[in-house]
Amino acid sequence: MKLLWALVVLLYAASLAKSREKTIRAAKSAGRRFAKLLSDFALLLVLVSVALTVLPPERIKALLKGPGMLLGSVLAAFVGSITFIPGFISYPLAGILKKAGVPYTVLAAFLTTLMMVGFLTLPMESELFGKRFAVLRNAAYFVMAIVVSIFIGFVFGELP
Amino acid sequence: MIRWKWVAIGAYVAVLVLSFAFGFGPGMTMGKNLLGFAEEMGKILPAAFLLIGLLDEWVPRAKVEELLGRESGLKGHLLAFVIAAPFAGGLYVSLPVAAALYEKGASLEVVLTFLGASTLVRIPMMIFEASFMGIGFTLARLAVSVPLVIGSSFVLARLIGPDTG
Repeated sequence: MKLLWALVVLLYAASLAKSREKTIRAAKSAGRRFAKLLSDFALLLVLVSVALTVLPPERIKALLKGPGMLLGSVLAAFVGSITFIPGFISYPLAGILKKAGVPYTVLAAFLTTLMMVGFLTLPMESELFGKRFAVLRNAAYFVMAIVVSIFIGFVFGELP
Repeated sequence: MIRWKWVAIGAYVAVLVLSFAFGFGPGMTMGKNLLGFAEEMGKILPAAFLLIGLLDEWVPRAKVEELLGRESGLKGHLLAFVIAAPFAGGLYVSLPVAAALYEKGASLEVVLTFLGASTLVRIPMMIFEASFMGIGFTLARLAVSVPLVIGSSFVLARLIGPDTG
Protein backbone atom coordinates (compact mmCIF):
# COMPACT_ATOMS: atom_id res chain seq x y z
CA MET A 1 0.00 0.00 0.00
CA LYS A 2 2.87 2.37 0.84
CA LEU A 3 4.56 1.34 -2.39
CA LEU A 4 1.41 2.20 -4.31
CA TRP A 5 1.06 5.63 -2.72
CA ALA A 6 4.75 6.37 -3.22
CA LEU A 7 4.21 5.64 -6.89
CA VAL A 8 1.19 7.98 -6.99
CA VAL A 9 3.08 10.85 -5.36
CA LEU A 10 6.14 10.37 -7.56
CA LEU A 11 4.23 10.12 -10.83
CA TYR A 12 1.87 13.00 -10.04
CA ALA A 13 4.84 15.22 -9.17
CA ALA A 14 6.43 14.32 -12.50
CA SER A 15 3.14 14.89 -14.30
CA LEU A 16 2.64 18.26 -12.60
CA ALA A 17 6.12 19.36 -13.57
CA LYS A 18 5.35 18.58 -17.19
CA SER A 19 1.80 19.84 -17.52
CA ARG A 20 -0.61 21.26 -14.99
CA GLU A 21 -3.60 20.82 -17.28
CA LYS A 22 -2.94 17.20 -18.08
CA THR A 23 -2.47 16.42 -14.40
CA ILE A 24 -5.82 17.94 -13.54
CA ARG A 25 -7.44 16.01 -16.38
CA ALA A 26 -5.83 12.79 -15.10
CA ALA A 27 -7.25 13.32 -11.61
CA LYS A 28 -10.67 14.12 -13.10
CA SER A 29 -10.58 10.97 -15.18
CA ALA A 30 -9.73 9.02 -12.01
CA GLY A 31 -12.80 10.47 -10.29
CA ARG A 32 -15.05 9.77 -13.26
CA ARG A 33 -13.96 6.14 -13.46
CA PHE A 34 -14.46 5.66 -9.74
CA ALA A 35 -17.94 7.19 -9.88
CA LYS A 36 -18.89 4.76 -12.64
CA LEU A 37 -18.03 1.78 -10.43
CA LEU A 38 -19.43 3.25 -7.21
CA SER A 39 -22.44 0.93 -7.06
CA ASP A 40 -20.18 -2.09 -7.62
CA PHE A 41 -17.89 -1.06 -4.78
CA ALA A 42 -20.88 -0.44 -2.53
CA LEU A 43 -22.23 -3.89 -3.35
CA LEU A 44 -18.82 -5.45 -2.69
CA LEU A 45 -18.68 -3.76 0.72
CA VAL A 46 -22.10 -5.20 1.53
CA LEU A 47 -21.17 -8.70 0.37
CA VAL A 48 -17.82 -8.73 2.16
CA SER A 49 -19.27 -7.56 5.45
CA VAL A 50 -22.01 -10.21 5.25
CA ALA A 51 -19.47 -12.94 4.41
CA LEU A 52 -17.17 -11.87 7.26
CA THR A 53 -20.11 -11.98 9.65
CA VAL A 54 -21.34 -15.42 8.56
CA LEU A 55 -17.85 -16.91 8.30
CA PRO A 56 -15.57 -15.05 10.73
CA PRO A 57 -11.91 -16.11 11.03
CA GLU A 58 -12.63 -18.09 14.23
CA ARG A 59 -15.25 -20.19 12.44
CA ILE A 60 -12.91 -20.80 9.51
CA LYS A 61 -10.25 -21.89 11.97
CA ALA A 62 -12.63 -24.39 13.53
CA LEU A 63 -13.73 -25.65 10.11
CA LEU A 64 -10.25 -26.30 8.76
CA LYS A 65 -8.72 -27.78 11.90
CA GLY A 66 -10.66 -31.02 12.03
CA PRO A 67 -11.38 -32.82 8.80
CA GLY A 68 -7.92 -33.92 7.63
CA MET A 69 -6.35 -33.69 4.23
CA LEU A 70 -8.91 -34.52 1.55
CA LEU A 71 -12.09 -33.11 3.04
CA GLY A 72 -10.06 -30.28 4.53
CA SER A 73 -8.70 -29.25 1.14
CA VAL A 74 -12.11 -29.32 -0.52
CA LEU A 75 -13.60 -27.32 2.33
CA ALA A 76 -10.68 -24.89 2.29
CA ALA A 77 -11.00 -24.30 -1.46
CA PHE A 78 -14.72 -23.68 -1.06
CA VAL A 79 -14.34 -21.31 1.89
CA GLY A 80 -11.46 -19.48 0.19
CA SER A 81 -13.57 -18.92 -2.93
CA ILE A 82 -16.67 -17.53 -1.30
CA THR A 83 -15.04 -15.35 1.33
CA PHE A 84 -12.94 -12.27 1.03
CA ILE A 85 -10.41 -11.84 3.78
CA PRO A 86 -7.73 -9.17 3.68
CA GLY A 87 -4.14 -10.47 3.72
CA PHE A 88 -3.37 -9.03 7.12
CA ILE A 89 -5.94 -11.41 8.60
CA SER A 90 -5.60 -14.43 6.30
CA TYR A 91 -1.82 -14.99 6.59
CA PRO A 92 -1.65 -14.81 10.39
CA LEU A 93 -4.68 -17.13 10.45
CA ALA A 94 -2.88 -19.59 8.16
CA GLY A 95 0.20 -19.29 10.37
CA ILE A 96 -1.82 -20.27 13.45
CA LEU A 97 -3.39 -23.20 11.59
CA LYS A 98 0.05 -24.37 10.44
CA LYS A 99 1.25 -24.43 14.05
CA ALA A 100 -1.89 -26.39 14.97
CA GLY A 101 -0.84 -29.10 12.53
CA VAL A 102 -3.17 -28.39 9.61
CA PRO A 103 -1.49 -29.77 6.44
CA TYR A 104 0.17 -27.40 3.97
CA THR A 105 -2.08 -28.80 1.24
CA VAL A 106 -5.19 -27.57 3.05
CA LEU A 107 -3.64 -24.17 3.78
CA ALA A 108 -2.56 -23.80 0.14
CA ALA A 109 -6.09 -24.57 -1.04
CA PHE A 110 -7.40 -21.90 1.33
CA LEU A 111 -4.84 -19.20 0.54
CA THR A 112 -4.77 -19.68 -3.23
CA THR A 113 -8.54 -19.69 -3.72
CA LEU A 114 -8.79 -16.72 -1.38
CA MET A 115 -6.51 -14.75 -3.69
CA MET A 116 -7.39 -16.12 -7.11
CA VAL A 117 -11.11 -16.87 -7.01
CA GLY A 118 -13.53 -14.09 -6.23
CA PHE A 119 -17.15 -15.09 -5.77
CA LEU A 120 -17.90 -11.74 -4.18
CA THR A 121 -16.21 -9.77 -6.95
CA LEU A 122 -18.20 -11.64 -9.66
CA PRO A 123 -20.73 -8.79 -10.09
CA MET A 124 -17.93 -6.28 -10.62
CA GLU A 125 -15.97 -8.58 -12.91
CA SER A 126 -19.12 -9.23 -15.00
CA GLU A 127 -19.82 -5.52 -15.21
CA LEU A 128 -16.32 -4.77 -16.46
CA PHE A 129 -15.60 -7.76 -18.69
CA GLY A 130 -18.90 -9.54 -19.27
CA LYS A 131 -20.47 -12.54 -17.57
CA ARG A 132 -18.75 -15.11 -19.78
CA PHE A 133 -15.30 -13.75 -18.93
CA ALA A 134 -16.05 -13.62 -15.20
CA VAL A 135 -17.47 -17.13 -14.93
CA LEU A 136 -14.81 -18.79 -17.10
CA ARG A 137 -11.91 -17.04 -15.41
CA ASN A 138 -13.08 -17.87 -11.90
CA ALA A 139 -13.79 -21.50 -12.83
CA ALA A 140 -10.35 -21.87 -14.44
CA TYR A 141 -8.63 -20.24 -11.46
CA PHE A 142 -10.49 -22.51 -9.05
CA VAL A 143 -9.08 -25.54 -10.88
CA MET A 144 -5.67 -23.88 -10.92
CA ALA A 145 -5.78 -23.31 -7.17
CA ILE A 146 -6.51 -27.02 -6.66
CA VAL A 147 -3.54 -27.95 -8.87
CA VAL A 148 -1.32 -25.58 -6.89
CA SER A 149 -2.35 -27.10 -3.57
CA ILE A 150 -1.76 -30.65 -4.84
CA PHE A 151 1.70 -29.54 -5.97
CA ILE A 152 2.33 -28.01 -2.53
CA GLY A 153 1.26 -31.34 -1.05
CA PHE A 154 3.97 -33.12 -3.06
CA VAL A 155 6.61 -30.50 -2.21
CA PHE A 156 6.04 -30.86 1.53
CA GLY A 157 5.80 -34.66 1.37
CA GLU A 158 2.17 -34.81 2.44
CA LEU A 159 1.10 -36.62 -0.72
CA PRO A 160 2.82 -39.85 -1.82
CA MET B 1 -35.81 -2.10 -15.27
CA ILE B 2 -35.22 -2.82 -11.61
CA ARG B 3 -31.65 -2.26 -10.51
CA TRP B 4 -31.16 -5.18 -8.15
CA LYS B 5 -27.79 -3.92 -7.01
CA TRP B 6 -29.46 -0.93 -5.37
CA VAL B 7 -32.30 -3.03 -3.96
CA ALA B 8 -29.71 -5.23 -2.23
CA ILE B 9 -27.78 -2.24 -0.95
CA GLY B 10 -30.97 -0.61 0.31
CA ALA B 11 -32.12 -3.75 2.12
CA TYR B 12 -28.68 -4.08 3.68
CA VAL B 13 -28.73 -0.50 4.99
CA ALA B 14 -32.21 -1.10 6.45
CA VAL B 15 -31.00 -4.23 8.28
CA LEU B 16 -27.99 -2.33 9.56
CA VAL B 17 -30.04 0.59 10.89
CA LEU B 18 -32.57 -1.73 12.57
CA SER B 19 -29.76 -3.81 14.09
CA PHE B 20 -28.25 -0.80 15.77
CA ALA B 21 -31.65 0.56 16.80
CA PHE B 22 -32.63 -2.69 18.54
CA GLY B 23 -29.17 -3.89 19.57
CA PHE B 24 -29.12 -6.97 17.33
CA GLY B 25 -25.64 -8.50 17.88
CA PRO B 26 -24.80 -10.11 14.50
CA GLY B 27 -26.08 -7.02 12.70
CA MET B 28 -23.78 -4.80 14.74
CA THR B 29 -20.83 -7.13 14.05
CA MET B 30 -21.69 -6.77 10.37
CA GLY B 31 -21.52 -3.00 10.75
CA LYS B 32 -18.08 -3.26 12.31
CA ASN B 33 -16.92 -5.51 9.46
CA LEU B 34 -18.29 -2.99 7.00
CA LEU B 35 -16.25 -0.20 8.55
CA GLY B 36 -13.10 -2.33 8.66
CA PHE B 37 -13.28 -3.22 5.00
CA ALA B 38 -14.35 0.30 3.98
CA GLU B 39 -11.22 1.59 5.68
CA GLU B 40 -9.01 -0.79 3.70
CA MET B 41 -10.78 0.12 0.47
CA GLY B 42 -10.45 3.82 1.25
CA LYS B 43 -6.70 3.50 1.66
CA ILE B 44 -6.05 1.63 -1.58
CA LEU B 45 -8.70 2.57 -4.14
CA PRO B 46 -7.90 6.29 -4.51
CA ALA B 47 -4.27 5.42 -5.30
CA ALA B 48 -5.27 2.81 -7.88
CA PHE B 49 -7.71 5.15 -9.62
CA LEU B 50 -5.26 8.07 -9.60
CA LEU B 51 -2.79 5.83 -11.43
CA ILE B 52 -5.47 4.83 -13.94
CA GLY B 53 -6.09 8.55 -14.51
CA LEU B 54 -2.42 9.05 -15.37
CA LEU B 55 -2.61 6.12 -17.77
CA ASP B 56 -5.65 7.70 -19.46
CA GLU B 57 -3.93 11.02 -19.88
CA TRP B 58 -0.27 10.32 -20.53
CA VAL B 59 0.09 6.93 -22.16
CA PRO B 60 -0.90 6.88 -25.85
CA ARG B 61 -2.97 3.97 -27.10
CA ALA B 62 -0.30 2.99 -29.61
CA LYS B 63 2.21 2.52 -26.79
CA VAL B 64 -0.08 0.20 -24.84
CA GLU B 65 -0.80 -1.75 -28.02
CA GLU B 66 2.88 -2.09 -28.70
CA LEU B 67 3.84 -3.18 -25.18
CA LEU B 68 0.78 -5.18 -24.10
CA GLY B 69 -1.14 -5.79 -27.33
CA ARG B 70 -1.52 -8.78 -29.62
CA GLU B 71 1.99 -8.54 -31.02
CA SER B 72 3.74 -8.10 -27.67
CA GLY B 73 4.27 -11.84 -27.14
CA LEU B 74 5.81 -13.18 -23.96
CA LYS B 75 7.30 -9.75 -23.21
CA GLY B 76 3.79 -8.38 -22.79
CA HIS B 77 3.03 -11.08 -20.24
CA LEU B 78 6.22 -10.39 -18.32
CA LEU B 79 5.44 -6.67 -18.29
CA ALA B 80 1.97 -7.52 -16.96
CA PHE B 81 3.69 -9.13 -13.96
CA VAL B 82 5.82 -6.02 -13.41
CA ILE B 83 2.79 -3.72 -13.54
CA ALA B 84 0.86 -5.96 -11.13
CA ALA B 85 3.63 -6.14 -8.54
CA PRO B 86 2.97 -2.92 -6.56
CA PHE B 87 -0.80 -3.40 -6.29
CA ALA B 88 -2.08 -4.21 -2.83
CA GLY B 89 -5.64 -5.18 -2.01
CA GLY B 90 -7.01 -7.87 -4.26
CA LEU B 91 -9.17 -8.43 -7.30
CA TYR B 92 -11.38 -5.44 -6.53
CA VAL B 93 -8.34 -3.20 -7.09
CA SER B 94 -6.82 -4.97 -10.08
CA LEU B 95 -10.11 -5.39 -11.98
CA PRO B 96 -10.58 -1.65 -12.73
CA VAL B 97 -6.89 -1.39 -13.65
CA ALA B 98 -7.24 -4.39 -15.98
CA ALA B 99 -10.32 -2.84 -17.59
CA ALA B 100 -8.43 0.42 -18.23
CA LEU B 101 -5.54 -1.48 -19.81
CA TYR B 102 -7.95 -3.45 -21.98
CA GLU B 103 -9.66 -0.26 -23.15
CA LYS B 104 -6.29 1.16 -24.10
CA GLY B 105 -5.40 -1.74 -26.36
CA ALA B 106 -3.88 -4.49 -24.21
CA SER B 107 -4.76 -7.93 -25.55
CA LEU B 108 -7.23 -10.18 -23.72
CA GLU B 109 -4.40 -12.66 -23.02
CA VAL B 110 -2.22 -10.03 -21.37
CA VAL B 111 -5.15 -8.62 -19.38
CA LEU B 112 -5.85 -12.12 -18.03
CA THR B 113 -2.19 -12.56 -17.11
CA PHE B 114 -2.26 -9.18 -15.36
CA LEU B 115 -5.26 -10.27 -13.28
CA GLY B 116 -3.57 -13.56 -12.43
CA ALA B 117 -0.31 -11.81 -11.63
CA SER B 118 -2.04 -9.33 -9.34
CA THR B 119 -3.23 -12.27 -7.23
CA LEU B 120 0.17 -14.00 -7.24
CA VAL B 121 3.10 -11.62 -7.04
CA ARG B 122 2.01 -8.60 -5.07
CA ILE B 123 5.32 -7.78 -3.41
CA PRO B 124 3.97 -6.53 -0.06
CA MET B 125 1.75 -9.59 0.33
CA MET B 126 4.48 -12.05 -0.65
CA ILE B 127 6.78 -10.82 2.10
CA PHE B 128 3.93 -11.11 4.56
CA GLU B 129 3.07 -14.60 3.35
CA ALA B 130 6.65 -15.83 3.55
CA SER B 131 6.97 -14.60 7.13
CA PHE B 132 3.98 -16.69 8.24
CA MET B 133 4.20 -19.71 5.93
CA GLY B 134 7.94 -19.93 5.27
CA ILE B 135 9.82 -18.92 2.16
CA GLY B 136 9.62 -22.49 0.78
CA PHE B 137 5.83 -22.33 0.68
CA THR B 138 5.83 -19.01 -1.18
CA LEU B 139 8.45 -20.14 -3.71
CA ALA B 140 6.72 -23.47 -4.37
CA ARG B 141 3.41 -21.68 -4.86
CA LEU B 142 4.96 -19.25 -7.33
CA ALA B 143 6.93 -21.89 -9.23
CA VAL B 144 3.78 -23.70 -10.23
CA SER B 145 1.29 -20.83 -10.51
CA VAL B 146 3.25 -18.41 -12.70
CA PRO B 147 3.43 -20.78 -15.71
CA LEU B 148 -0.15 -21.91 -15.05
CA VAL B 149 -1.40 -18.32 -15.12
CA ILE B 150 0.36 -17.46 -18.38
CA GLY B 151 -0.71 -20.72 -20.04
CA SER B 152 -4.31 -20.37 -18.89
CA SER B 153 -4.49 -16.84 -20.35
CA PHE B 154 -4.11 -18.21 -23.87
CA VAL B 155 -6.71 -20.93 -23.35
CA LEU B 156 -9.16 -18.59 -21.60
CA ALA B 157 -8.81 -15.84 -24.21
CA ARG B 158 -9.72 -18.35 -26.90
CA LEU B 159 -12.71 -19.63 -24.90
CA ILE B 160 -13.99 -16.16 -24.08
CA GLY B 161 -13.70 -14.88 -27.64
CA PRO B 162 -13.01 -11.39 -28.89
CA ASP B 163 -16.32 -9.68 -28.06
CA THR B 164 -15.74 -8.80 -24.42
CA GLY B 165 -16.18 -5.64 -22.37
